[in-house]
Amino acid sequence: MDIIEKGTGPIFSDPDPDKARAFFRQKSRIKKDKTMSLSKAVEKFVKDGDYLGIGGFGANRTPVAACHEILRQKKKNLGFAGHTATHDMQILSAGKAYNRIDVAYVVGLEARGLSNCSRKYLESGEVEVSEWTNYALSVRLQAAAMGVPFLPMRSMLGTQTFEKSGAVAAKCPFTDKKMALVPALSPDVSFVHVHEADMYGNARFEGIAVADLELANASKHLVITCERLVSHEVIARDPHRTQIPYFIVDAVCEVPYGGFPGTMPNEYFSDEDHLREWLTKEKDPEAFETFLQDNIYGCGNFQEYIDRNGGIGRMQELRRKEFMINGGDTNDNV
Amino acid sequence: MTTYNEMEMMIVTAARELENGATVGVGTGAPCAAAMLAQKTISPDLVIMFEAGGISPDLPEMPISVGDSRTFYHASMAGSMGTIMSSCARGFVDYTFLGGAQIDMYGNLNSTAIGPYDSPKVRLPGSGGANDFASFCWKMMVMTPQDKRRFVEKLDFLTTPGWLEGGDSRKNSGLPANAGPHKIITNMAVMDFEPDSKRMRVISLNPGYSFDQVQENCGFELLRLKTLPVTPAPTDDELAILRDQVDPGRVVIGR
Repeated sequence: MDIIEKGTGPIFSDPDPDKARAFFRQKSRIKKDKTMSLSKAVEKFVKDGDYLGIGGFGANRTPVAACHEILRQKKKNLGFAGHTATHDMQILSAGKAYNRIDVAYVVGLEARGLSNCSRKYLESGEVEVSEWTNYALSVRLQAAAMGVPFLPMRSMLGTQTFEKSGAVAAKCPFTDKKMALVPALSPDVSFVHVHEADMYGNARFEGIAVADLELANASKHLVITCERLVSHEVIARDPHRTQIPYFIVDAVCEVPYGGFPGTMPNEYFSDEDHLREWLTKEKDPEAFETFLQDNIYGCGNFQEYIDRNGGIGRMQELRRKEFMINGGDTNDNV
Repeated sequence: MTTYNEMEMMIVTAARELENGATVGVGTGAPCAAAMLAQKTISPDLVIMFEAGGISPDLPEMPISVGDSRTFYHASMAGSMGTIMSSCARGFVDYTFLGGAQIDMYGNLNSTAIGPYDSPKVRLPGSGGANDFASFCWKMMVMTPQDKRRFVEKLDFLTTPGWLEGGDSRKNSGLPANAGPHKIITNMAVMDFEPDSKRMRVISLNPGYSFDQVQENCGFELLRLKTLPVTPAPTDDELAILRDQVDPGRVVIGR
């Protein structure tokens, strides 16, 4: 293939599929009980310097509890796939847990505003950055999931997003058209939050998939956090509903409300008051330090964080908001 | 006739662009309101898509996030980013609405950084799905306030493709053929792009504005049609539906 131009952005993950295959060759396929506490899973599967993937869409079905635990265990120098990273990135930036990032959407919390903490960290020069698009990161994960070193796509061309990416533009051998080739991305470890999983790791979720299936299949280690553990019988009754098969999963952690303060479809809506509190506290470094101490570092686990922020009563309100029942507050007051 | 504000004017103008049976990729806020209004007026079969995977929801209220539960409420499908973006890439999606901190005369957008990229004054979110939508959707539109700091001669960073450097530059870039910026809808005017140069061109003025006012609030020289019609004002029906059904909480249109 004739290379026409190359982006100057760094590539943080080796796209060689044979290296990935060699890794997967030795990964256990045994159907065993993989349940463990989230702190154990983070301790076991997240190493300083690893490349990290976080599922969901910013503050939607996002494994927030895993991000908290990564901070509590003071993991450092991670690579991070900033794939519509909003609240997840806000947390990881607060702990300066990563030092290199593939950017698709970062720094902002969509219409809620920019995260001061994420912004300052990216502007500090301490973080190595490569630019991409949301679909480009999804396609890069898909390439890794397919066991190929790259895939062609047709966005990014002609822009500085391309120039600052690690993509290559090349001539298609079949049509002579110019394509952007994007390298496979295989995170060392990823976290995906789901509704239900059995103890082996068979997992299923409701609502949109975002890029979680690509992410799950691309990742070397995969930790599932779930709202509920269910028996294998429940899974086996409806195997067509299983989206993530057990053999790619390393650990299963039951974390009720593990996506709070984000939305978990058909469970609870986002806590906009609490997300606003995050954005406000970030503006004052001292207040933010105390806030992090109260909400993350000073909590033994995620349930303590939930309890600090309204506990089961608040969760019930957010559940009513999700289902728009009992006149529960709606987005109108956001 | 009922009085209306500029945001209502922009939303109504945008909604009228979306014909029945079309597909549109939207985000939250004003574009979502425009798509919802179109659905409740001229385009009952408009297909609304959200980049995180929601297809054709019956939106019960304004979503907060393009991936929250509302974006696939009573929807045809809760898909994935791949479902949406590959549909766009195959040519199935007619329209998209995008925004940015800066736009230039060719409709290119910046949502990456203000100031130099390597030492930005403000680091912004980056492309998100904007570059993908703008590359793939047949007709890209922008709704934005008319402001000199937004309409700039040169972007600090070209995140998302418009007509690139104008003329045939987009055609030669490798981006899918015949797709690109279509209309720019501001509080003062509606612009399209002159077919040969691909430069932004004023095609109608909103009630109460002159071409000179539009030009004064734009950082580059605008082309114009010789005779500029007035953009039709919102009808009472459109306003009633927008206020009572689309955005009763006045999150987007204000109070």
